[in-house]
Amino acid sequence: MAIYLTKESKVLVQGMTGGEGMKHTRRMLAAGTNVVGGVNPRKAGRTVDFDDRAVPVFGSVADGMRATGADATVVFVPPAFAKAAVVEAADAGIGLAVVITEGIPVHDAVAFTSYAKSKSTRVIGPNCPGLITPGQSNAGIIPADITKPGRIGLVSKSGTLTYQLMYELRDIGFSTCVGIGGDPVIGTTHIDCLAAFQDDPDTELIVLIGEIGGDAEERAAAYIRDHVTKPVVGYIAGFTAPEGKTMGHAGAIVSGSSGTAAAKKEALEAVGVGVGSTPTETARLVLDRLGVEA
Amino acid sequence: MDLYEHQARELFEEHGILVPRAEVTDSPKEAREIARRLGGRVVVKAQVKTGGRGKAGGVKIAADPAAAEITARQILGMDIKGHTVGKIMLAQPVNIETEFYVSYVLDRAAGGFLAIASAEGGMEIEEVAATRPEAVARIPIDPAEGVTSAKAGEIAEAAGLPPQTVDVLVRLWEVLVREDALLVEVNPLVRTEQGQILALDGKVTLDDNARFRQARWGAEGVEHDDALEAAAAAKGLNYVKLDGEVGIIGNGAGLVMSTLDVVAGCGARPANFLDIGGGASAQIMADGLSVILSDPAVKSVFVNVFGGITACDAVADGIVQALDSVQLTKPLVVRLDGNNAARGRAILDGRAHPLVQQATTMDGAALRAAQLASATA
Repeated sequence: MAIYLTKESKVLVQGMTGGEGMKHTRRMLAAGTNVVGGVNPRKAGRTVDFDDRAVPVFGSVADGMRATGADATVVFVPPAFAKAAVVEAADAGIGLAVVITEGIPVHDAVAFTSYAKSKSTRVIGPNCPGLITPGQSNAGIIPADITKPGRIGLVSKSGTLTYQLMYELRDIGFSTCVGIGGDPVIGTTHIDCLAAFQDDPDTELIVLIGEIGGDAEERAAAYIRDHVTKPVVGYIAGFTAPEGKTMGHAGAIVSGSSGTAAAKKEALEAVGVGVGSTPTETARLVLDRLGVEA
Repeated sequence: MDLYEHQARELFEEHGILVPRAEVTDSPKEAREIARRLGGRVVVKAQVKTGGRGKAGGVKIAADPAAAEITARQILGMDIKGHTVGKIMLAQPVNIETEFYVSYVLDRAAGGFLAIASAEGGMEIEEVAATRPEAVARIPIDPAEGVTSAKAGEIAEAAGLPPQTVDVLVRLWEVLVREDALLVEVNPLVRTEQGQILALDGKVTLDDNARFRQARWGAEGVEHDDALEAAAAAKGLNYVKLDGEVGIIGNGAGLVMSTLDVVAGCGARPANFLDIGGGASAQIMADGLSVILSDPAVKSVFVNVFGGITACDAVADGIVQALDSVQLTKPLVVRLDGNNAARGRAILDGRAHPLVQQATTMDGAALRAAQLASATA
């Protein structure tokens, strides 16, 4: 069953005709994703050939949905146009918008994540690698060939750390891996994914990868304590990272905690989450919890 | 990017918020002239992007233009928490009746902005927030509506601020939105004995992601305290200088942060953070290596790459090409894992550079790099 994305998902690509869009649409198709169309108002009516498959380009998300029944979109448009792209997708009533674009102004992210929420569109990202349900569908830029389908659910702020863990645990495999992105404002949080994995019968164990900044991991720990019965293994990056820019008085007042890696690790361990000190040790903890010989 | 106080003051003024008359200089002689223009008695304020400036002696009253010159000479060049004072702002003194605190700040958890306000502003606001949180109002702002007069009235009332602050609260929100700021803070916002509401000191943090539409801030104000960071920035590298001896190159911010941790776990100290991103081309690898090798503190270098979208053989080709253009002077430990890892390792083996070693695991490579750093120390 997986979460958010399955082989049934019909995926549009906003910005498909750009360089990154072309490259990753090809990769998504190769991974089995049902890419049903691209969106570009200036190229509506054309088709783009990807090896053995011709993908139509629609003038709008709404047109693409009407023609194909698409229920998800992957956004590759440049930062200046990302807000309009997500708002358009939400207005069209799409269920899932995966925003890969890096470098989107925070005010825009605040605007489109809250708008999408009001329209019941789930936003993943921005500035994220997307999500993959191995063997079924890949929406974004996660390399599909480094792991296989299995029983681990993974949620992560970081792209390459996600790949590292997917690869280390490739013999066990994954139900779904979600890269939620490390930007200050994101549409889907660790907690959202924990809730979805808890309800997903295909997921037996959850890996949670976090990094310094904010207090999302601390809040995830509280959520795990109250709502998650499946085993969770964590990894936090940034113990030795340089202290971030201070946000003046206001930042200290808001966060309440310092957002350090140590504080996050402590919060997770306090609720029974095993936290590895390296990605490799984290993978070993997963094997232990699953009762698999390394 | 954080703005200096004088830049924040300028923004506030442009948006119609009252601020004290003030001018900026880096010269004590000019400070004297400025003091004369401002009426003689002035406040001399160090322009540094750090807090605790007043307590460090970076803010002083000068009674007349001659005193302003002397005070300017004392404050210019002063070190405040590692920041050297390059400029001072001279401002007309204000007769303060009451000090308030107001700010708009990004609330990551809520995914939006939050107004924070208190009738007890000033240097001790952090203590007020910690000991008497009820004295600090926190009001979330609906991004679709922003701060209207009605909303500003709600904030002022919740914080116990006088009604005259409503206009300032609305204008500060305009600053936040129009300038793409992540933080706008006025502390203190004061009521003068004459009943005016004045922004006496401010802090503004701009969103680096919004530079493409905020041309005026462009590259101005982007400063690197460190020469290596400046060199890296000139090459477009995402590099941060640290205090250790193991140079680090990796792909992806999370993996690089993790690499720093793993190296530290082996008892060595990372010399830097350098994320070369997904592409890891020969040029980027060469640029990264040359910056790291020019750091005299570096004793060994650890290249930690996970081949995902860019497979390891392409990364290995990049490293080999980089080795042709950069004179390697310190031992290099390379860990390649992921797609085409075996082929990538074979390419590096084929190059057989005497200073290059390979390790198959991240933990093993970190340990090797740490050992090499201590052996050559």
